[in-house]
Amino acid sequence: MKELSLNILDIVENSVKAGAPNIGIDIDETIRGILTLTITDNGCGMEEHILRGVTDPFYTTRTTRPVGMGLSLLKLAAEQTGGTMTVESVSEKVSPDKHGTVVRAEFFTDHIDCVPLGDVTSTLVTLIQGSPEIDFHYTHRIGDSMVELDTAQLRTVLEDVPLNSFEVLQWIESFVNEQYAEIHNQ
Amino acid sequence: MKSLAELAAIKAKMKDKVALRDDSDNTRVVVGMATCGIAAGARPVLAAFIEAVSAADMSDKITVTQTGCIGMCQYEPVVEVYVAGQEKVTYVKMDAERAKKVVEEHLIGGTVVAEYTINNSL
Repeated sequence: MKELSLNILDIVENSVKAGAPNIGIDIDETIRGILTLTITDNGCGMEEHILRGVTDPFYTTRTTRPVGMGLSLLKLAAEQTGGTMTVESVSEKVSPDKHGTVVRAEFFTDHIDCVPLGDVTSTLVTLIQGSPEIDFHYTHRIGDSMVELDTAQLRTVLEDVPLNSFEVLQWIESFVNEQYAEIHNQ
Repeated sequence: MKSLAELAAIKAKMKDKVALRDDSDNTRVVVGMATCGIAAGARPVLAAFIEAVSAADMSDKITVTQTGCIGMCQYEPVVEVYVAGQEKVTYVKMDAERAKKVVEEHLIGGTVVAEYTINNSL
Protein backbone atom coordinates (compact mmCIF):
# COMPACT_ATOMS: atom_id res chain seq x y z
CA MET A 1 0.00 0.00 0.00
CA LYS A 2 1.26 3.48 -0.89
CA GLU A 3 -0.18 5.11 2.24
CA LEU A 4 -0.98 3.87 5.74
CA SER A 5 -4.43 5.38 5.29
CA LEU A 6 -5.06 2.69 2.64
CA ASN A 7 -3.99 -0.04 5.10
CA ILE A 8 -6.45 1.51 7.58
CA LEU A 9 -9.26 1.40 5.00
CA ASP A 10 -8.43 -2.22 4.27
CA ILE A 11 -8.25 -3.36 7.91
CA VAL A 12 -11.43 -1.51 8.91
CA GLU A 13 -13.24 -3.32 6.10
CA ASN A 14 -12.54 -6.50 8.12
CA SER A 15 -14.34 -4.92 11.10
CA VAL A 16 -17.24 -4.00 8.82
CA LYS A 17 -17.46 -7.59 7.58
CA ALA A 18 -17.33 -8.80 11.21
CA GLY A 19 -20.68 -7.05 11.67
CA ALA A 20 -19.36 -4.49 14.16
CA PRO A 21 -21.86 -1.72 15.01
CA ASN A 22 -19.04 0.39 16.50
CA ILE A 23 -15.54 0.84 15.15
CA GLY A 24 -12.80 2.95 16.71
CA ILE A 25 -9.84 4.22 14.70
CA ASP A 26 -7.20 5.89 16.84
CA ILE A 27 -3.87 7.29 15.74
CA ASP A 28 -1.49 8.41 18.44
CA GLU A 29 1.51 10.63 17.70
CA THR A 30 1.89 12.16 21.13
CA ILE A 31 5.50 10.96 21.30
CA ARG A 32 7.66 12.26 18.47
CA GLY A 33 8.91 9.56 16.13
CA ILE A 34 6.31 6.95 17.11
CA LEU A 35 2.92 6.46 15.46
CA THR A 36 0.53 4.00 17.07
CA LEU A 37 -2.55 2.89 15.15
CA THR A 38 -5.36 1.13 17.01
CA ILE A 39 -8.47 -0.25 15.32
CA THR A 40 -11.09 -1.49 17.78
CA ASP A 41 -14.38 -3.15 16.89
CA ASN A 42 -17.19 -4.99 18.63
CA GLY A 43 -17.77 -7.37 15.73
CA CYS A 44 -18.02 -11.17 15.86
CA GLY A 45 -14.33 -11.64 16.75
CA MET A 46 -12.22 -14.65 15.88
CA GLU A 47 -11.63 -17.99 17.55
CA GLU A 48 -8.11 -18.78 18.62
CA HIS A 49 -7.23 -21.17 15.81
CA ILE A 50 -8.24 -18.52 13.26
CA LEU A 51 -6.45 -15.73 15.13
CA ARG A 52 -3.19 -17.65 14.98
CA GLY A 53 -3.30 -17.64 11.18
CA VAL A 54 -4.40 -14.09 10.38
CA THR A 55 -0.99 -12.58 9.68
CA ASP A 56 -0.10 -15.43 7.35
CA PRO A 57 -0.42 -13.91 3.85
CA PHE A 58 -2.01 -17.12 2.61
CA TYR A 59 -4.85 -16.99 5.13
CA THR A 60 -8.31 -15.54 4.46
CA THR A 61 -11.96 -16.18 5.30
CA ARG A 62 -12.95 -15.02 1.86
CA THR A 63 -14.33 -17.63 -0.49
CA THR A 64 -13.55 -15.93 -3.83
CA ARG A 65 -10.02 -17.33 -3.65
CA PRO A 66 -7.94 -18.64 -0.78
CA VAL A 67 -5.40 -15.81 -0.41
CA GLY A 68 -5.72 -12.88 2.03
CA MET A 69 -3.27 -10.05 2.41
CA GLY A 70 -4.82 -7.35 4.60
CA LEU A 71 -3.28 -7.92 8.04
CA SER A 72 0.00 -9.24 6.64
CA LEU A 73 0.42 -6.03 4.62
CA LEU A 74 -0.15 -3.91 7.75
CA LYS A 75 2.26 -6.12 9.70
CA LEU A 76 4.87 -5.70 6.98
CA ALA A 77 4.38 -1.90 6.93
CA ALA A 78 4.92 -1.75 10.73
CA GLU A 79 7.79 -4.23 10.94
CA GLN A 80 9.77 -2.61 8.14
CA THR A 81 10.06 0.49 10.38
CA GLY A 82 11.21 -1.64 13.35
CA GLY A 83 7.70 -1.59 14.82
CA THR A 84 5.21 -4.32 15.59
CA MET A 85 1.63 -5.34 14.96
CA THR A 86 -0.62 -7.29 17.32
CA VAL A 87 -4.15 -8.64 16.98
CA GLU A 88 -6.32 -9.50 19.97
CA SER A 89 -9.75 -10.96 19.49
CA VAL A 90 -12.62 -12.43 21.50
CA SER A 91 -15.07 -14.53 19.51
CA GLU A 92 -18.79 -14.16 20.08
CA LYS A 93 -18.88 -17.97 20.22
CA VAL A 94 -16.71 -17.84 23.33
CA SER A 95 -18.11 -14.66 24.87
CA PRO A 96 -21.58 -13.77 23.53
CA ASP A 97 -21.85 -10.55 25.58
CA LYS A 98 -18.47 -8.97 25.00
CA HIS A 99 -16.61 -9.73 21.81
CA GLY A 100 -14.59 -7.98 19.14
CA THR A 101 -11.14 -7.40 17.75
CA VAL A 102 -8.33 -4.95 18.44
CA VAL A 103 -5.56 -4.45 15.88
CA ARG A 104 -2.64 -2.38 17.07
CA ALA A 105 0.37 -1.37 14.99
CA GLU A 106 3.35 0.70 15.99
CA PHE A 107 5.51 2.56 13.48
CA PHE A 108 8.84 4.32 13.93
CA THR A 109 8.20 7.31 11.71
CA ASP A 110 11.84 8.40 11.35
CA HIS A 111 12.70 5.09 9.72
CA ILE A 112 13.36 5.47 6.00
CA ASP A 113 10.93 2.64 5.21
CA CYS A 114 8.01 4.22 7.08
CA VAL A 115 5.15 4.69 4.64
CA PRO A 116 3.45 8.13 4.93
CA LEU A 117 0.08 8.24 6.67
CA GLY A 118 -1.51 9.84 3.60
CA ASP A 119 -5.10 10.93 3.19
CA VAL A 120 -6.92 9.61 6.26
CA THR A 121 -9.87 11.91 5.54
CA SER A 122 -10.55 10.07 2.26
CA THR A 123 -10.39 6.77 4.11
CA LEU A 124 -12.96 7.98 6.67
CA VAL A 125 -15.28 9.34 3.97
CA THR A 126 -14.99 6.07 2.02
CA LEU A 127 -15.82 4.00 5.11
CA ILE A 128 -18.83 6.13 6.04
CA GLN A 129 -20.07 6.08 2.43
CA GLY A 130 -19.92 2.29 2.37
CA SER A 131 -21.33 1.67 5.85
CA PRO A 132 -23.50 4.61 6.93
CA GLU A 133 -25.19 2.48 9.60
CA ILE A 134 -21.94 1.86 11.51
CA ASP A 135 -20.68 4.29 14.13
CA PHE A 136 -17.09 5.25 13.52
CA HIS A 137 -15.12 7.10 16.16
CA TYR A 138 -11.86 8.53 14.86
CA THR A 139 -9.20 10.27 16.88
CA HIS A 140 -5.74 11.43 15.84
CA ARG A 141 -3.58 12.84 18.61
CA ILE A 142 -0.64 14.93 17.40
CA GLY A 143 1.42 16.33 20.27
CA ASP A 144 -1.06 18.17 22.50
CA SER A 145 -3.69 18.55 19.75
CA MET A 146 -6.40 16.19 18.56
CA VAL A 147 -8.47 15.66 15.43
CA GLU A 148 -11.76 13.90 16.12
CA LEU A 149 -14.77 12.60 14.22
CA ASP A 150 -17.61 10.78 15.96
CA THR A 151 -20.42 9.69 13.65
CA ALA A 152 -22.69 8.95 16.63
CA GLN A 153 -22.60 12.66 17.41
CA LEU A 154 -23.38 13.55 13.77
CA ARG A 155 -26.26 11.07 13.81
CA THR A 156 -27.99 12.90 16.66
CA VAL A 157 -28.00 16.03 14.48
CA LEU A 158 -28.93 14.26 11.22
CA GLU A 159 -31.69 12.01 12.63
CA ASP A 160 -33.03 10.04 9.62
CA VAL A 161 -30.88 11.76 6.96
CA PRO A 162 -28.28 9.10 6.02
CA LEU A 163 -24.62 9.77 6.77
CA ASN A 164 -23.71 8.84 3.20
CA SER A 165 -25.71 11.63 1.56
CA PHE A 166 -23.30 13.52 -0.69
CA GLU A 167 -23.76 16.83 1.15
CA VAL A 168 -23.08 15.14 4.50
CA LEU A 169 -19.96 13.38 3.17
CA GLN A 170 -18.69 16.73 1.87
CA TRP A 171 -19.33 18.30 5.26
CA ILE A 172 -17.44 15.45 6.99
CA GLU A 173 -14.49 15.86 4.60
CA SER A 174 -14.22 19.58 5.30
CA PHE A 175 -14.83 19.08 9.03
CA VAL A 176 -11.85 16.72 9.36
CA ASN A 177 -9.57 18.58 6.93
CA GLU A 178 -10.17 21.89 8.70
CA GLN A 179 -9.16 20.33 12.02
CA TYR A 180 -5.89 19.16 10.42
CA ALA A 181 -5.32 22.59 8.86
CA GLU A 182 -5.73 24.22 12.26
CA ILE A 183 -3.08 21.96 13.81
CA HIS A 184 -0.65 22.51 10.95
CA ASN A 185 -1.09 26.29 11.20
CA GLN A 186 -0.17 26.35 14.89
CA MET B 1 -14.68 26.14 10.65
CA LYS B 2 -17.43 23.58 9.94
CA SER B 3 -20.00 23.48 12.70
CA LEU B 4 -22.76 21.13 13.76
CA ALA B 5 -25.17 24.02 13.06
CA GLU B 6 -24.15 23.79 9.43
CA LEU B 7 -24.82 20.05 9.49
CA ALA B 8 -28.27 20.74 10.96
CA ALA B 9 -28.94 23.06 8.00
CA ILE B 10 -27.98 20.26 5.58
CA LYS B 11 -30.37 17.96 7.40
CA ALA B 12 -33.23 20.46 7.18
CA LYS B 13 -32.62 20.83 3.44
CA MET B 14 -32.48 17.06 2.80
CA LYS B 15 -35.24 15.78 5.02
CA ASP B 16 -37.96 15.96 2.34
CA LYS B 17 -35.76 14.38 -0.32
CA VAL B 18 -35.06 11.33 1.86
CA ALA B 19 -38.75 10.58 2.35
CA LEU B 20 -39.45 10.65 -1.40
CA ARG B 21 -36.57 8.46 -2.51
CA ASP B 22 -37.30 5.20 -4.32
CA ASP B 23 -34.09 3.32 -5.17
CA SER B 24 -35.62 0.22 -6.76
CA ASP B 25 -35.06 1.15 -10.43
CA ASN B 26 -31.76 2.90 -9.81
CA THR B 27 -28.66 2.37 -11.87
CA ARG B 28 -26.04 0.84 -9.58
CA VAL B 29 -22.32 1.49 -9.73
CA VAL B 30 -20.37 -1.05 -7.66
CA VAL B 31 -16.69 -0.42 -6.88
CA GLY B 32 -14.50 -3.31 -5.69
CA MET B 33 -12.93 -2.26 -2.37
CA ALA B 34 -11.07 -5.33 -1.10
CA THR B 35 -7.31 -5.34 -0.44
CA CYS B 36 -6.60 -5.77 -4.16
CA GLY B 37 -8.87 -2.88 -5.19
CA ILE B 38 -7.63 -0.54 -2.48
CA ALA B 39 -3.98 -1.23 -3.33
CA ALA B 40 -4.66 -0.61 -7.03
CA GLY B 41 -6.32 2.79 -6.41
CA ALA B 42 -10.05 2.13 -5.89
CA ARG B 43 -10.45 4.83 -3.23
CA PRO B 44 -10.09 7.81 -5.63
CA VAL B 45 -12.20 5.95 -8.23
CA LEU B 46 -15.08 5.65 -5.76
CA ALA B 47 -14.70 9.31 -4.79
CA ALA B 48 -14.72 10.37 -8.47
CA PHE B 49 -17.95 8.43 -9.14
CA ILE B 50 -19.69 9.94 -6.11
CA GLU B 51 -18.51 13.43 -7.02
CA ALA B 52 -19.46 13.18 -10.73
CA VAL B 53 -22.88 11.66 -10.02
CA SER B 54 -23.64 14.40 -7.53
CA ALA B 55 -22.29 17.14 -9.84
CA ALA B 56 -24.68 15.89 -12.55
CA ASP B 57 -27.50 15.99 -9.96
CA MET B 58 -28.16 12.27 -10.55
CA SER B 59 -27.82 11.05 -6.93
CA ASP B 60 -31.52 10.15 -6.90
CA LYS B 61 -31.19 7.87 -9.93
CA ILE B 62 -27.69 6.44 -9.59
CA THR B 63 -26.52 4.58 -6.48
CA VAL B 64 -22.77 4.25 -5.92
CA THR B 65 -21.84 1.34 -3.63
CA GLN B 66 -18.82 -0.69 -2.55
CA THR B 67 -18.20 -4.40 -2.59
CA GLY B 68 -15.41 -6.81 -1.72
CA CYS B 69 -13.17 -8.71 -4.11
CA ILE B 70 -14.83 -9.25 -7.48
CA GLY B 71 -12.27 -11.97 -8.26
CA MET B 72 -10.18 -10.43 -11.01
CA CYS B 73 -7.49 -8.73 -8.97
CA GLN B 74 -5.14 -8.21 -11.91
CA TYR B 75 -7.75 -5.89 -13.47
CA GLU B 76 -8.37 -3.74 -10.36
CA PRO B 77 -9.72 -1.15 -9.83
CA VAL B 78 -12.82 -2.94 -11.15
CA VAL B 79 -16.21 -1.24 -11.39
CA GLU B 80 -19.51 -2.93 -12.29
CA VAL B 81 -22.46 -0.98 -13.68
CA TYR B 82 -25.98 -2.37 -13.42
CA VAL B 83 -28.67 -0.60 -15.43
CA ALA B 84 -32.21 -1.94 -14.95
CA GLY B 85 -33.14 -4.25 -17.82
CA GLN B 86 -29.64 -4.36 -19.30
CA GLU B 87 -26.67 -6.66 -19.07
CA LYS B 88 -24.04 -5.85 -16.44
CA VAL B 89 -21.02 -3.87 -17.72
CA THR B 90 -17.63 -4.47 -16.08
CA TYR B 91 -15.03 -1.70 -16.32
CA VAL B 92 -11.43 -2.52 -15.50
CA LYS B 93 -8.19 -0.70 -14.58
CA MET B 94 -10.21 2.36 -13.65
CA ASP B 95 -8.95 5.72 -12.43
CA ALA B 96 -10.63 8.99 -11.50
CA GLU B 97 -10.54 10.34 -15.09
CA ARG B 98 -12.04 7.15 -16.50
CA ALA B 99 -14.72 7.27 -13.80
CA LYS B 100 -15.78 10.76 -14.91
CA LYS B 101 -15.99 9.61 -18.52
CA VAL B 102 -18.12 6.58 -17.57
CA VAL B 103 -20.53 8.84 -15.67
CA GLU B 104 -20.85 11.26 -18.60
CA GLU B 105 -21.03 8.81 -21.50
CA HIS B 106 -22.56 5.67 -20.00
CA LEU B 107 -24.58 6.62 -16.92
CA ILE B 108 -25.92 9.89 -18.34
CA GLY B 109 -25.44 9.44 -22.09
CA GLY B 110 -26.44 5.75 -22.24
CA THR B 111 -23.43 4.62 -24.32
CA VAL B 112 -21.05 2.05 -22.83
CA VAL B 113 -17.41 3.22 -22.85
CA ALA B 114 -16.24 0.11 -24.68
CA GLU B 115 -12.51 0.81 -24.45
CA TYR B 116 -12.53 0.48 -20.62
CA THR B 117 -14.59 -2.71 -20.42
CA ILE B 118 -13.28 -6.13 -19.45
CA ASN B 119 -14.17 -7.49 -22.92
CA ASN B 120 -11.72 -5.02 -24.41
CA SER B 121 -8.91 -6.04 -22.01
CA LEU B 122 -8.96 -9.82 -22.32
